[in-house]
Amino acid sequence: MTDIAFVLNGTPVRVTNQPATRTLLDWLREDRRLTGTKEGCNEGDCGACTVMVTDRHGTRALNACILFLAQLDGKAVHTVEGLTAPDGSPHPVQQAMIDHHGSQCGFCTPGFIAMMAVNHLNNETDHDTALAGNLCRCTGYAPIDRAARAAARYPVPDWLRQATDPSFILPQILRGESRISATGGSAPHPFIPRSADDLAQWYAANPDATLIAGATDVGLWVTKSLRSLCPVAFIAGLDDLRGVNVSDTEIRIGATTTLADLHRAIAAYHPSFSELIRRYGSAQVRAAATIGGNIANGSPIGDSPPALIALGATLHLRQGDSRRSLPLEDFFIAYGQQDRAPGEFVEAVSFSRQPDRLRCYKISKRFDQDISALCGCFNVTVADGIVTEARIAFGGMAGTPKRALAVELELLGNPWTLDTIKAAMAAFAEDFQPIGDMRASAAYRLQIAQNLLERYFLQDQGIATDVLAVAP
Amino acid sequence: MSVHKPLPHDAAALHVTGQARYVDDIPTPAGTFHLAFGLSTIAHGRITVLDLTPVRAAPGVVAVLTADDVGDADCSPSAHDEPLLAQGAVHYAGQPLFLVIADSHLNARRAARLARVEYDELPAILTIDQALEADARFEDGPRIWTRGQPDAALAGAPHRLEGRIEIGAQEHFYLEGQAALALPQEGGDMVIACSSQHPTEIQHKVAHALGVPMHAVRVEVRRMGGGFGGKESQGNALAIACALAARATGRPCKMRYDRDDDFLITGKRHDFRIDYRVGFDDAGRVQGIHFSQYARCGWAQDLSLPVADRAMLHADNAYFLPAVRIVSHRLRTNTQSATAFRGFGGPQGMLGIERVMDHIAHHLRLDPLAVRRANYYRDARPERTGPGSARRLSGPHSPQPPADTGLQTPPYGQQVADFILHDLTDRLATQSGYTARRAAIAAWNRANPVLKKGIALTPVKFGISFTLTHLNQAGALVHVYQDGSIHLNHGGTEMGQGLFQKVAQVAAEVFGVGMGAVKITATDTGKVPNTSATAASSGSDLNGMAVKAACETIRERIAGVIAARHQCTADAIRFEGGQVCAPGQDYSFAEAATLTWQARESLSATGFYRTPKLEWDRLRGHGRPFYYFAYGAAVSEVVIDTLTGEYRILRADILHDAGASLNPGLDIGQIEGGYVQGAGWLTTEELVWDGQGRLRTHAPSTYKIPAMGDRPRVFNVALWDGANREETIHRSKAVGEPPFMLGISVLMALSDAVAACGDGSVYPDMDAPATPERVLAAVQRVRVNA
Repeated sequence: MTDIAFVLNGTPVRVTNQPATRTLLDWLREDRRLTGTKEGCNEGDCGACTVMVTDRHGTRALNACILFLAQLDGKAVHTVEGLTAPDGSPHPVQQAMIDHHGSQCGFCTPGFIAMMAVNHLNNETDHDTALAGNLCRCTGYAPIDRAARAAARYPVPDWLRQATDPSFILPQILRGESRISATGGSAPHPFIPRSADDLAQWYAANPDATLIAGATDVGLWVTKSLRSLCPVAFIAGLDDLRGVNVSDTEIRIGATTTLADLHRAIAAYHPSFSELIRRYGSAQVRAAATIGGNIANGSPIGDSPPALIALGATLHLRQGDSRRSLPLEDFFIAYGQQDRAPGEFVEAVSFSRQPDRLRCYKISKRFDQDISALCGCFNVTVADGIVTEARIAFGGMAGTPKRALAVELELLGNPWTLDTIKAAMAAFAEDFQPIGDMRASAAYRLQIAQNLLERYFLQDQGIATDVLAVAP
Repeated sequence: MSVHKPLPHDAAALHVTGQARYVDDIPTPAGTFHLAFGLSTIAHGRITVLDLTPVRAAPGVVAVLTADDVGDADCSPSAHDEPLLAQGAVHYAGQPLFLVIADSHLNARRAARLARVEYDELPAILTIDQALEADARFEDGPRIWTRGQPDAALAGAPHRLEGRIEIGAQEHFYLEGQAALALPQEGGDMVIACSSQHPTEIQHKVAHALGVPMHAVRVEVRRMGGGFGGKESQGNALAIACALAARATGRPCKMRYDRDDDFLITGKRHDFRIDYRVGFDDAGRVQGIHFSQYARCGWAQDLSLPVADRAMLHADNAYFLPAVRIVSHRLRTNTQSATAFRGFGGPQGMLGIERVMDHIAHHLRLDPLAVRRANYYRDARPERTGPGSARRLSGPHSPQPPADTGLQTPPYGQQVADFILHDLTDRLATQSGYTARRAAIAAWNRANPVLKKGIALTPVKFGISFTLTHLNQAGALVHVYQDGSIHLNHGGTEMGQGLFQKVAQVAAEVFGVGMGAVKITATDTGKVPNTSATAASSGSDLNGMAVKAACETIRERIAGVIAARHQCTADAIRFEGGQVCAPGQDYSFAEAATLTWQARESLSATGFYRTPKLEWDRLRGHGRPFYYFAYGAAVSEVVIDTLTGEYRILRADILHDAGASLNPGLDIGQIEGGYVQGAGWLTTEELVWDGQGRLRTHAPSTYKIPAMGDRPRVFNVALWDGANREETIHRSKAVGEPPFMLGISVLMALSDAVAACGDGSVYPDMDAPATPERVLAAVQRVRVNA
């Protein structure tokens, strides 16, 4: 049960006696009768439930359908109803959507409005990327794009600027101090640790608990699998596990670093990894999902593990007061099985500073917001025309994210030529025996894995291989 | 003037502020119950055990209903072959078996998963081949329409080709899932609020299930969060379930499908296979053609017969087929019952002939546009006499115009009297720079070993009218209150297409008032009875005319009253600018309304409209099924990656015929949206059933409709500037469905790009949807000789 406080459309609210995994969407619609926020899919894939959430890190858009109430403690939420000015005047994105025929059936519109208002606030102008998580079935998106560009010409309304200023919000929710005590969490109350030490101690004592950071995966356990989760800990607020630290020798990514933050932080060092993350989920998902969750859930189709494995990443785990590190690829033992002891959690992942040779290729039916049929990441070092190092890893090709060791062997020590590439292709069949499913056939997966190696080589030779880079 | 203006959607301000109310947003009375279906997990079999004890024991469950509790309740819009709950036999994976009534949506969903069901499984018919082998079909055999001597024409043609295209299904993915709410009334009456394109059908089916006359059921639909045909019949089950549960419990009952349930339960666009054999001359002109269309209809008949009919009716698209046979198989399978979806079979039929045009052009190594134009119907204007006389083809190499210069007819005999595609294609080709870009693309492709571009221009000619002729009618009810405010109601439903706005503009036009004077109200079977579905693109054609008639009746009465005061004739009274103008004196519309009321004249009127000139013999496949045709054309340019099959739509240029558009803003919205939805159908939207007939793509995580970034990078849409030659509402044309088929240009552009990978000896032969996997396979096919 919850006892949390947050600001809803400018008014502090306190929520008690709600199941820890009650979603914001259900609560808004059923309890508050704020029905502007819509349920389109109930799994974070359509964006109709998008709301604006502000905390000390800033303002972002999140999917309310997979956002648990307990995650909102100490934050501010604006739903579509709260984006009209107190005097009733429309937000610039609302007016622009009217002016440009941006709504037809209108059901996706509140989610678009919330997302567009966040982008407007954050001066985000890459609308194709920022709105990829909002599906519209009526308009073909053209008028929405026109509206977003038109709205950008108008300033953020003063009232909203103020309402999304963390320093303005926080005094309002100081009453949130009366929430669950820092270390007193015990089932069935959700545990909200204040530090990694808190978490380590509690999780060691509650090894059956579910750790929830962004809830972009666990959310579906609740909304689709209808599971009751207990006990749970909400760890997204652990700032001591958050952040990308770049030293002279390594880059270390804290477990609660969001994919959105990683996307920004990594761009200067490994732009292809950053671009891969741009296509990871949607803006709403990236704003919630964490690197720790993407690793710890052990999915064979998570997109960051192949890139990190190709970078030679090390995973840092903690259980109580003991810590250990292991190569990331060794963490994934088999489908649904990881090298993680009960009560042990991911603290961080790190990799050495290195010249950028990494290229990441995500293959899916749709470019944006799709789960990879496969994801291939290549990191091949060439010196004097000879391959001196090769780390190649794939998602979607096996029960785990996995290295293509046989292919790497075929490359190592050989001249960096198309002949070498062609000769190495056959080794993919040694490394991988992929399955066929609704995303792709087994044969296609294997074929593409081979072709991506060729793409990596051709790209290295300066040949155009990226349809996204072709101008009309 | 209020018509022909690009005014915003009437509910736009409500949409953007979250105030627009959908079924699930309607405040419900305390004590409302919530429903969920328990679903079959197998495709075909008999239920041997249905143990609902754990369901009944689940938290919040009030009652559980099975087939034994719901009598003869049936959901079919056609053949009474869809029992609400499975009656022992199970016909598809996803079929509702029982109905949970609980105190919350979540509790109903949880409980619905707890049943213990055992089946005696039977072999399932899942594919077209399996259905053909088992001769599992609707109707006795295939429907066959023939004109001329296609076999002889084929045999005598200089060139012959044959081929096949498999066309995948499509999920509607309306953003608002199916939903209904039943409010029990005194005396056993029922009020239903639901998300339906067909309130009268809901009324009819609920009345039947309750065993009451239709007058005991009132159905209200304010708006849908998207329909696209998916809410023509697929909402019946929810409304019936709510009504039965409301009667059983005496409480309001609400049901909405979770998205996965919506995918699993409801019908989709029909999968088709189209086989063709075609004979043609050196210019690519079809001399004889044979189509076999195979439609996978699913387990129940639903609307499959008229869908398959419309596929046959569009097997010609824009092309004159002198000798033709079309064989249509309507196959019964153990899958969701395929249903209406924007275009209603037209897209599949049209894709068949567009594939043929593409194939012919490839075979003859001609520009596909030249082949298309060579086959176009003869120009409708008297001074223009056919393909050979088009200006752009008037050089020495042009084919000779045929001797007969009369209007040509499609296989079903209706004259194509409004054919404008010669001029429209000219203008689009010029404006889009088609010829120059085609050359530039060839050069680009020579310079790029991995990426290849392709371009295609495809036309659309779409027949407008319900092919079930009696459905081409509409009613309206208009009140003018004594303060001059206007209450507008008609039989059409609003699903986002802007029908209500367009019709309101028609009403405001008649009275010469501003839009603010017109109150748009929810579709209500208690106001306008016996309505047709809002479907077949007919909404504004039918309801606009009905409303115009009602408004004119009232206007005449007002004019009569004012004329009497001024001792002039009624036709001297003008309605404009919010004024009623008599010689020498202007009244505000409100004053005129008050005077009319005081003169004891009725300020309320109904209006009615039936589409003229229709005459159609479905079984013979002959007559005039359509009042007119709507036209359009699109040029799409794509780029593909020959290493992965990935692709992008780089640019689209569209010129579309909406007649004298009632609202150009809304119509362009329909065109942009239709194109992207059509492109989605043929590219990323892939429905996958496994070998047991279970749908594996049942949520947006696995079923990929176009996202923001998938629209063309450059997207130019313009309206054709001609008026409808028929007397439609303000000479406009229907625009709901036709633009969907502009998306076919994307598949043809992909085919063009793939063809650029080979030496021209192998046709790309791509099935739809052209996922990256299919594109790559096609690239490999055409490269075998390269």
